[in-house]
Amino acid sequence: MASAPASAGQPKAHVASLRRPLDRALLGGVCAGLAERMGVEVLVVRVLAVMAATVGGLGVAAYALAWALIPASPGSVRSRRPGAWRQAPLIVLTVAALFAGVHLAGSHVGEGLWPLVLGACGMALLWRPAVALDASLPKRRPTLRDYLNRPAQVGAPRLIAGGLFVAFGAAALLHAVGVQHSLGKAIWAVAIIGMVLGMVVGPWVMRMGSSLSFERAARIREQERAEVAAHLHDSVLQTLALIQKRAGDPREVAGLARRQERELRSWLLRRPGESEQDSVTGALERAAAEVEELHGVPIEVVTVGDAPLNGGLEAVVQAAREAMTNAAKFAGSERVDLYAEVEDDRVEVFVRDRGVGFDLDAIPADRRGVRDSILARMERHDGRAAVKSSPGAGTEVELVMERAAST
Amino acid sequence: MREPASEAAAESVSAKPRVVIVDDHHLFRSGVRTELGEELEVVGDAGTVEDAVALIREQRPDVVLLDVHMPDGGGVEVIARLSEECQDIRFLALSVSDAAEDVIAVIRAGARGYVTKTISATELADAVRRVAGGDAVFSPRLAGFVLDAFAQDGGAGGTHGAGGPPATSAEPAAQGDRELDQLTPREREVLRHIARGYMYKEVAQSLGISVKTVEAHVSSVLRKLQLSSRHELSRWAVQRRLVSLDGP
Repeated sequence: MASAPASAGQPKAHVASLRRPLDRALLGGVCAGLAERMGVEVLVVRVLAVMAATVGGLGVAAYALAWALIPASPGSVRSRRPGAWRQAPLIVLTVAALFAGVHLAGSHVGEGLWPLVLGACGMALLWRPAVALDASLPKRRPTLRDYLNRPAQVGAPRLIAGGLFVAFGAAALLHAVGVQHSLGKAIWAVAIIGMVLGMVVGPWVMRMGSSLSFERAARIREQERAEVAAHLHDSVLQTLALIQKRAGDPREVAGLARRQERELRSWLLRRPGESEQDSVTGALERAAAEVEELHGVPIEVVTVGDAPLNGGLEAVVQAAREAMTNAAKFAGSERVDLYAEVEDDRVEVFVRDRGVGFDLDAIPADRRGVRDSILARMERHDGRAAVKSSPGAGTEVELVMERAAST
Repeated sequence: MREPASEAAAESVSAKPRVVIVDDHHLFRSGVRTELGEELEVVGDAGTVEDAVALIREQRPDVVLLDVHMPDGGGVEVIARLSEECQDIRFLALSVSDAAEDVIAVIRAGARGYVTKTISATELADAVRRVAGGDAVFSPRLAGFVLDAFAQDGGAGGTHGAGGPPATSAEPAAQGDRELDQLTPREREVLRHIARGYMYKEVAQSLGISVKTVEAHVSSVLRKLQLSSRHELSRWAVQRRLVSLDGP
């Protein structure tokens, strides 16, 4: 049974324009909807419906069926119906079915009409969820449709009721045709015909199934390809265009290439659903990338281990960032090395350049970068920082944070 | 742990080392050829595993610059096919890849070092010369990978110890295996300096040892990396989510 909930992406179906305008409904809005659809006066339709209802109850069943199958108009609100009314179609269906059952039992009718009605009622129950046209209608009060569609309600009772209706209908039909005395043979016949049909049509059905799933896989692949293409277009192709434009400026070109490489790499290595937002190495790499972009000096990042970021480690990242900025800005080094080792009990970060170096004691008191942003910051968080530098020999900043203390 | 340099290698230290470049990117091959042409003797290049194997057999170079990533198995495949017959040829892995498992795989197959493709021409020539001379070439990134690979399960064990036996020495494993499965504190210290961006000379200075000793430590680490059967060497396979491999 195709009971998959009508997904939002599915085309709004065949009966699209036939709706039940609840705001104009007397009972279920079926007549009003039909009238609107056919362009006649509502009253005419209603009179016809009542007349049909008096003819052996057939009209009642038809009405209930229509009520169940035709969706309410979007946005139309039934203002004064008590909640119990929402079950009306089910009730009507049930009554109709019982009526039909009694009718059949009492008088052995042979018209073959009632069994069809019964079967239709059962079908309405069973198929209702599948026929549900538009789960994506604009928001409104829960209506009958929602009641009928609510997955919880599509459960066993509904299936059983529907199944019983259909079985009842089938039995009545068999009865009406007059095969009840040779039911055993009939069942055999059905079974054999079913088997033959299965043998003939089975492979085709299976092929269709597998080709459907193949198509699905192809579609997914196509979507992924499109996503990759879109990403490459937005990133790599743009950068390549920029590089062609700036071909005269080697520094700029190198910077562009590096930034693109970093971006592409992180995109390639990213796992879906993975967030690097709060890991130490992720934060260090981001900081390095930003400094590199800002000052145009390549920063080589090497990390061992990783840990989630917390207050103390955040301070380490900040201090490392400051150290990288200093190295990129003042050292005149061709590149900066950052090495971070995260262990269970401590985190160590080294920022090293091969630039001009400086004499720590000779820094003027008003230049606060190193003292405040690195040394004092680390001390505030119970870590420590050491700056090794001498003129002409480059600089190395060492940051150490015990992890027990940093939590 | 320094391996005795073979005659070919010893000769080539004085002369220009003969180099073969193996990379599936034509542009990259010609670029490196031009860059290295002055300092080294580039005797050929190849773009596929098949061509590379044939060329190396024919040319018998001192050093093969080997791309980690190529169709048909990449650098690992080239080394594997030649490992029997060409013990005197040294391989230096070269890659844009930062995936630890790929790089370590090539090293374990027998490459004597790993550098990234963004390395400058001078540094690359220097690395080739060192590999030709029998040394191992560890870039900061490779040092980081190796430290990661040999990370102690229980945490910092031995990393900061100023000498003294590692904390795990009570393990009931055989002595030989255990030695292969972990780094000595000194080796760790050397690797950490390399990861921090120190040259061998600077490492020696900082640790108060000779450059030869630094080279010996690095060669020893390389040997352990290649011979160790410790399964944690591939632990990124599972822990990669924790270890960020993204580089600048």
